[in-house]
Amino acid sequence: MSGASGWQVFWWVVLPYIALAIFVVGHVWRWRYDQFGWTSRSTQLQERKLLKWGSPLFHYGTFAAIGGHVIGVLIPERWTRAIGIPETAYRWFSAGAGTLAAVLVIGGVVVLAGRRLLVPRVRATTSPIDYVALILLLIVILTGIAPTIGVNLLGHGYDYRTTVAPWFRGLFAFSPDVRAIASAPLIYQVHATAAWMIWAVWPFSRLVHAWSAPVWYLWRPYVVYRARRASPPAEPGTSGRRWRKIGVPY
Amino acid sequence: MRVMAQIAMVMNLDKCIGCHTCSVTCKQVWTNRPGTEYVYFNNVETKPGVGYPKRYEDQEQWQGGWTLDRKGRLALKAGGRVKKLATLFWNPHLPSIDDYGDPWTYDYQTLIDAPAGTPNPSAHAISALTGKDMPIRWGANWEDNLAGAPGGAEADPNLAGLQDAVRLAYEQAFMFYLPRICEHCLNPSCVASCPSGAMYKRAEDGIVLVDQDRCRGWRMCVSGCPYKKVYFNHRSGKAEKCTFCFPRIEAGQPTICSETCVGRLRYLGLLLYDADKVLAAAATPEPADLYQAQLGVFLDPDDPEVRAVATRQGIPADWLDAASRSPVYALIARHQVALPLHPEYRTLPMVWYIPPLSPVADVAGAYGDDADAVFAAIEALRIPAEYLANLFTAGDAGQVRRVLRVLAAIRTVMRAGQPVGHERGRPGRPVPAAGNRQVRRPVRDPAGPRRGRGAAAGPA
Ligand code: SF4
Ligand code: SF4
Repeated sequence: MSGASGWQVFWWVVLPYIALAIFVVGHVWRWRYDQFGWTSRSTQLQERKLLKWGSPLFHYGTFAAIGGHVIGVLIPERWTRAIGIPETAYRWFSAGAGTLAAVLVIGGVVVLAGRRLLVPRVRATTSPIDYVALILLLIVILTGIAPTIGVNLLGHGYDYRTTVAPWFRGLFAFSPDVRAIASAPLIYQVHATAAWMIWAVWPFSRLVHAWSAPVWYLWRPYVVYRARRASPPAEPGTSGRRWRKIGVPY
Repeated sequence: MRVMAQIAMVMNLDKCIGCHTCSVTCKQVWTNRPGTEYVYFNNVETKPGVGYPKRYEDQEQWQGGWTLDRKGRLALKAGGRVKKLATLFWNPHLPSIDDYGDPWTYDYQTLIDAPAGTPNPSAHAISALTGKDMPIRWGANWEDNLAGAPGGAEADPNLAGLQDAVRLAYEQAFMFYLPRICEHCLNPSCVASCPSGAMYKRAEDGIVLVDQDRCRGWRMCVSGCPYKKVYFNHRSGKAEKCTFCFPRIEAGQPTICSETCVGRLRYLGLLLYDADKVLAAAATPEPADLYQAQLGVFLDPDDPEVRAVATRQGIPADWLDAASRSPVYALIARHQVALPLHPEYRTLPMVWYIPPLSPVADVAGAYGDDADAVFAAIEALRIPAEYLANLFTAGDAGQVRRVLRVLAAIRTVMRAGQPVGHERGRPGRPVPAAGNRQVRRPVRDPAGPRRGRGAAAGPA
């Protein structure tokens, strides 16, 4: 970590770890106290025509983008070299598949964000944390897409796998490479910053529904039987969120 | 044999006056909260009519319930597990709030704040979704008593193919009320559609519930239920449905809709069924045979073998007694005068209906020495048997006619045993008590021999 200023260490080590800690502790807290609020908060009931395009585009695009990040950021460059993939081939694949994912995600998020802001029925359901998560997502997406298309596809290319990726992997190995990330172009730095900010927001927003992807449905029997379990009612004030009272905002 | 107990309901449609007391009390108890304004665990529909939400009975449109695949196996009509997961982000069969009607309240404050002397101040409708002024276009009870009104009855899916036979001209018009709650099906497609596994059928009493802590708002149950009796709370983002008032049932009380029903037409009780036979019954090839197939699933609570097995499998003795005293079992299985609602959805629904005579007076007045007069009156009833058959027997009008004849015969017998007109209160002629000997006389079943006991073989 030699050569990194205190400020750089704060920004690229301390704050990300705080965000990760909030991420972990926040999820534990939310799961224990607010499973009732743990939902995708769908607004398909209120508006279905725009959602039909926006939501699948966004979600499938995001899956592709996550897959790309796993390949690009979590898999070190020397591994792909070791199995004989030349850097140019890798870059063209990354730019091509990345652009496809980027188009899907940006198309979806434009429809979804527009719908959320402009359709009154949907807008009325939006809570402040939704706006925070949406803005961070927009920043992450835009700063992720701009270099993918502008630099890697159309421009001269930039090997983020020598700067952003080592820092990110280092976070989980408890030896983040601050100098590497600090030397990356600003747009990658904004992208990475917004990403760790999202970790901090994640457990308190509807993003938690991502952990509930119901894959188990593929195997379980269709009809679920459950025995009645008698449980004492919660002491007043100790239970989590419940149905809203009349007149309470979202 | 796997004996399971099921709380079930039978509604006698002849007695429903369409007062909506059941809907109101249910709403006050269960859905008087933000996000559930449009939610009616109990609603009362005028038939013919499109229902709530609009045309919910048209499964070609909504793809609710089960169907048989090409090999004759049971499959969710909206598609299997992989398709469910693939359409998680946008459910192609989910009704929109406009199919229910944008829920609204009124801006009552303007009435209070209007300056003295304002001629007829009026309160605007305010949408519960946006809090803004809105035009009122549709609602839960929009068609109340408007059976036959243009744009209403013609859109009733149960009239498909009957338009020519059914004249909706004023003097020919017919209508009746159809109160609906969740059917607490033996083969619930809502439970099968829930990707989270948040919905379940209670092992003890068959009540179908949504675990509010496990629901993730995937909305598949809403579209999966062919009766559209799971609703999406637009505030909490979770599914909610009729609970069969389980806290009341557990405390030995009837459901709130039964308790407050003005017509006293709701019979609640316990039924025993063989869980091993459910899937085979639901997979019966011919839809018109589903009614009989479901009857074949129920177990006779007075059969010693059934009782022995049930006891071995842990069903308490007082539950067995409740099952043999159950009015629901008597009406459904013993006398077979109640019919399931839309058995063709293959969910094996457990809220059954005694079909209406229309008008009752015609049938009741047709008694006499000539039994045939009663049956002729059945043919002349206003509600076409074919229409009732589309509702209750997947099109088998013969079963509907059989039930109507049994009902007419019972009425005739009951009437014969009661003093009429000037005889009432005449000295020296005691008024027979209900359940007198004449009523216990078995009535010849015009539809021929059937399994089970005689048609009107006496109270359960
Ligand atoms: S009627 Fe009730 S139990 Fe049957 S599928 Fe619908 S919600 Fe489920
Ligand atoms: S309370 Fe009874 S009589 Fe009144 S509408 Fe409901 S079911 Fe019919």
